[in-house]
Amino acid sequence: MNPAGLSALRSLSRAMFLGFVRDRGALIFTIAIPVLFLVLFGSIYKGSSSPRVTVIEVGRVTLLDQAEAAAPGQLGKILTISRAASLAAALSDVRQGNSDAAVQQRGGQLVVHYSIADQTTAGVVQSVFSSIVDQANQAAAGGTAAYQLQTAQVEDRSLKPIQYLAPGLLGWAIASGAAFGSAITLVSWRKDKLLRRLRLAPVGTAAIVLARVGVSVVIALVQLAVFLAIATTPYFGLKLTASWWMAIPVVICGTLAFMAIGLLVGSFAKTQQAATSIANLIILPMAFLGGAFIPLDFAPAWIRDVSYALPLRYLVTGMQDVMARGEGPAAALPAIGILLGLAALLSLVSVRVFRWDDV
Amino acid sequence: MLATISVRDLRKSYGRLAAVDGISFDVQPGEFFAILGPNGAGKTTTLEIIEGLRQADGGEVTVLGQPPWPRNPALLPRIGVQLQASSFFERLTAREQIRTFASLYGVGTARADEMLDTVGLTEQAQTRAEKLSGGQAQRLSIACALVHDPELVFLDEPTGALDPQARRNLWDLLRQINAGGRTVVLTTHHMDEAETLCDRVAIMDRGQILQSGPPAALVRGLDSPTRISVESGLLDAAQAAALAGQAGGGPGDVTDDGVSLTIATREPAPVLAGLAGHGALAGLRVSGATLEDVFLTLTGREYRA
Repeated sequence: MNPAGLSALRSLSRAMFLGFVRDRGALIFTIAIPVLFLVLFGSIYKGSSSPRVTVIEVGRVTLLDQAEAAAPGQLGKILTISRAASLAAALSDVRQGNSDAAVQQRGGQLVVHYSIADQTTAGVVQSVFSSIVDQANQAAAGGTAAYQLQTAQVEDRSLKPIQYLAPGLLGWAIASGAAFGSAITLVSWRKDKLLRRLRLAPVGTAAIVLARVGVSVVIALVQLAVFLAIATTPYFGLKLTASWWMAIPVVICGTLAFMAIGLLVGSFAKTQQAATSIANLIILPMAFLGGAFIPLDFAPAWIRDVSYALPLRYLVTGMQDVMARGEGPAAALPAIGILLGLAALLSLVSVRVFRWDDV
Repeated sequence: MLATISVRDLRKSYGRLAAVDGISFDVQPGEFFAILGPNGAGKTTTLEIIEGLRQADGGEVTVLGQPPWPRNPALLPRIGVQLQASSFFERLTAREQIRTFASLYGVGTARADEMLDTVGLTEQAQTRAEKLSGGQAQRLSIACALVHDPELVFLDEPTGALDPQARRNLWDLLRQINAGGRTVVLTTHHMDEAETLCDRVAIMDRGQILQSGPPAALVRGLDSPTRISVESGLLDAAQAAALAGQAGGGPGDVTDDGVSLTIATREPAPVLAGLAGHGALAGLRVSGATLEDVFLTLTGREYRA
């Protein structure tokens, strides 16, 4: 591009960027709401990955001491133990759901009171205490257990909900920011006849498109930075894995892909409202089915199957793999390839259906 | 001298509708030219083809000696186009708008600010375009069209929705632009605008140019009567009819609506002399035909207003 083209590119970018930062609605939509979702979901699901069980020790339970002595520190990983003087107070606590179980030892008998309000926790309570009793029995019989079961989760121990929440919500934020940005710009510029005005100025289409792409990419990188800044605070505890920087090209390619979707929407929509509705119709279901709102690991099989057809899946999982799952930089390459391919394909279609004018 | 714009047998159809149906005209350098016509006459399509926004179906167009289609980047810096008062970047101030447009043409900020001053918007420099009044927005959009100092300026309905005061202010600005030596082409459906501003007008309807020429010549060519009116009650009906008769007319040329007595005549001199003789000149008004009359005669009064 010649120097005149560069200066046009610079001033168009500046005009679009100012137009964006002065648009309170756009700022709320692209930054504030996604951040709010992150804070909300991050707080709700904080620490829910390791099922800890809170137990009230009523009186003295020597079996617990024995178990602790046998394997120091292990019990604390599963149980949080508090003490209560009376059984009645402890039971009321359990009934209200403040604690998961109350445990009492009467000589050789271990009595565990639990609620089945939460069946998973009830199951954990039962199995934990039966294994404690089993071990105690073996110790009493003077033998050492020939076999011991050790359980280990397959995911990295640090895979807390924030590790998939942050990339998921970020993927949704970037996808909608990019799609809405390009769709609405195209529709309103066409409606206001700004497109034809620009066509009458000695600037190439490339400068106009590049300016819009540049602004969208900057916005997406700001979204990434804000998300990372918030999610990595100790409160939310996102731990970035080694190749997290690979998320940057994933974000850029995702922005291109979703801008292309927006461009196509903007080519057909006649009004801003129509563009917003159509873009919502595309992005929102994708957010639920493509792993942004519902992590694919926990989603029903049919959602996982559907997700392969949704571009948002590749943006979200591409970021997750390198940011949170600790995979190498190459893990993001398939996602990058698919997103770029989609961007190219949709842009080609958009060029064919592009209209400078409403008529 | 080479015409600034030359149009020969231009045609453009949308489906079966012939929006522009074989028109020809020239615009000379420095001329203030108007295409006049009702909505749907084909004015805007004609302008769009000349500007290079649309491809003609047939005919020949050259602008500053070059064909405008396909998009001709060599031509673009030499022409300035004002589209609509709303063709701005969203949420940018007046100054930011004009500076952005200036930079698209490689024009510096000093010249942009100067242009803002020329159209009298220095005080509104910090105002966002969407907050400007209709007249201010219109002036800003003209400033944006002129910022690169084009030789040829196109204005599409520049005073469209303005109040009379704002229109007059804008007319002054348009005269200034033309006085600077630029060729100005405007479309309008306001007769008074074309009559006040233009050297030459082309009257267009249903895709064809019905007539073109200097406004005064068109009006004269119409050979319509001059209307002379004075206050009612200064003359009785018989005296008025006698005056009309002296000028070669009849009693049918006299009307009195209780406020004004009007005599329509092709020989105004004896009527005026007669009125003076009766001492009945209070509230005297003499009006000739206007471009509006030309337009109505050409397009048919009973079909369109």
